[in-house]
Amino acid sequence: MLPEQSEIVRRIVADMKDRPGPLIELLHAVQAALGHVPADAVPIVAEALNLSRAEVHGVVTFYHFFRETPPGKHTVHICRAEACQSMGANGLVAHAKKRLGVDFHETTADGVFSLEPVFCLGNCALSPAAMIDDQLYGRVTPERFDQLVAEKKQ
Amino acid sequence: MTAVTVYVPRDAAALSVGAEEVAIAIAQECAARKIELKLIRNGSRGACWLEPLVEVATPQGRVAYGPVSVGDVPGLFAADFLNGKGHQLFLGLTDEIPWFASQQRLTFARVGIVDPASVADFVANGGYQGLRRALSMTPQAIVQAVLDSGLRGRGGAAFPTGIKWKTVLDQAVEQKFVTCNADEGDSGTFSDRMLMEGDPLCLIEGMTIAGIAVGATQGYIYLRAEYPHAYRVLNAAIEAAYQARYLGSDVLGSGKRFDLEVRLGAGAYVCGEETSMLQSLEGKRGEVRVRPPLPAINGLFMKPTIVNNVMTFGSVPTIIQHGAEFYKNFGMGRSRGTLPLQLAGNIKRGGLIERAFGVSLRELLYDYGGGSASGRPIRAVQVGGPLGAFIPASQFDVLIDYEALSGIGALLGHGGIVAFDDTVDMAEMARYAMEFCAIESCGKCTPCRIGSTRGVEVIEKIMNGIDSERNLALLENLCDTMLVGSLCGLGGMTPFPVQSAIKHFREDFRAKAPLKRAG
Repeated sequence: MLPEQSEIVRRIVADMKDRPGPLIELLHAVQAALGHVPADAVPIVAEALNLSRAEVHGVVTFYHFFRETPPGKHTVHICRAEACQSMGANGLVAHAKKRLGVDFHETTADGVFSLEPVFCLGNCALSPAAMIDDQLYGRVTPERFDQLVAEKKQ
Repeated sequence: MTAVTVYVPRDAAALSVGAEEVAIAIAQECAARKIELKLIRNGSRGACWLEPLVEVATPQGRVAYGPVSVGDVPGLFAADFLNGKGHQLFLGLTDEIPWFASQQRLTFARVGIVDPASVADFVANGGYQGLRRALSMTPQAIVQAVLDSGLRGRGGAAFPTGIKWKTVLDQAVEQKFVTCNADEGDSGTFSDRMLMEGDPLCLIEGMTIAGIAVGATQGYIYLRAEYPHAYRVLNAAIEAAYQARYLGSDVLGSGKRFDLEVRLGAGAYVCGEETSMLQSLEGKRGEVRVRPPLPAINGLFMKPTIVNNVMTFGSVPTIIQHGAEFYKNFGMGRSRGTLPLQLAGNIKRGGLIERAFGVSLRELLYDYGGGSASGRPIRAVQVGGPLGAFIPASQFDVLIDYEALSGIGALLGHGGIVAFDDTVDMAEMARYAMEFCAIESCGKCTPCRIGSTRGVEVIEKIMNGIDSERNLALLENLCDTMLVGSLCGLGGMTPFPVQSAIKHFREDFRAKAPLKRAG
């Protein structure tokens, strides 16, 4: 972690440590600021909350949303759940992996896209669904996926 | 000339198919034509198949057009849609579209109608009548009304809400909590999201009533991280409710306090289980707690806590405003009131349908849904999320009622209905159910943590034609172990989709490709 990153973590910790049950909120804040939860942030957080490093690490790794490595510029989530499967999500997943040249949990070589699976985005009547960063998309055909990726790449 | 009022939804589903671009195009076109426009960004009416659904206020009522794409906007102006005139996307008066007209909307009465960000609009459409009434009642009377209404938990477990509330009310402890489970993780469900985005104040009102009823001054909404849009809308609505003094230290001048905040989950399906949700709210790993003690006695931070689903709280304002009798008169048997059903997956006209209990699955799939989106026969339907049973076409006459569904070995859960056409491979769906459980297991109990992984392996063997009969027997045995030995519903209910797939679609459980010799 760079010195300025540690400074950010320390500031977040100081702001939030006295809230009730703050750990997950705090990790969200760290990830929002740094894009991920660096391993070096764990001892800083643990010490401030009077927890062991193992407890903090345990929480970071329990939740799918928290990542320990920096993401690409855009994160693409593709829904793998049943409603989306009924409308061809498995084909979309295969297409996306091929198009981006990565598997799930990987980032493209140019650092533009990270690809993640997700289990339901609540857009089940407009399947298959995907989310790029915070924006939800419905009826994502392989063609529409290529179009979205091209737009984001510009 | 007075401004023309146009509604373009800002619900995430509508945005996902281009509502934002349509709203911008309409605003630009009005500006170019020097037409004064009042653009309201409402929630979704629930007909996802018509999104983006644009409505125009006319003297006769709201007229609908949909599904509208950016390319349609110039044509709509040319056809004078601002005066409700005809166009190929013209749908007539929104309220008269049969898909809407036959619904019985109580919880969703305002969704798609009002501006979700406006307290004034909420109040003008009947909002906060329930809370006003509750403030004139004793806590016991509020709890009794909820009990008498027959309301059962809408998250899936269908436990009588009034009993939960009474247990919390009876605890002589100073600090109590009201928590809302908005970790809507079941595939095929989106009613919580739609209410939170389309009428967030309805949820806030329901939770405030709960707080007043049981003497809790702090509420938390546990919202899944997959709903960033709902997060923004909820926070804006909470802020607006504080400004208007419907939340805070002196709710409506009653001297009673109720504070509310939203906490984000972090992508764990198991946190929809109530004790796991409480662990997560406390900032811990979402591992299931052993019950007893019940959350109503030792819940959040070990204090008495109400844990209810968004739909449960969303039903409460109606019950208190109109009385238990009014609500109870909807429904059948022991399933009282209405249920917002969600029609999803391979379906032509999917979306949210609120009806009294007792509507048949067939009516939902064909009268509302119009059959499959692909045009092929619907072969199977999964009701109640990833832990729900698969229902074959021969049982589509089953009624939407907790007991009727459990009578055929299925469950209603959170009211999600996912349709599959005849291209579905049910062995693959069973394999997926086990895989999902393996990915999402919290790891605390062995049947779930290890059973799910073994389940994937056994089903893959069956699909590869390796000792199919013996492995099918082994799979049944494994399902029994998970069913009776798991700590919570995740491991305990994963066998439902697996067993129902075997029972109704056994022909799919065989080798898919010519058998390859191992080694």
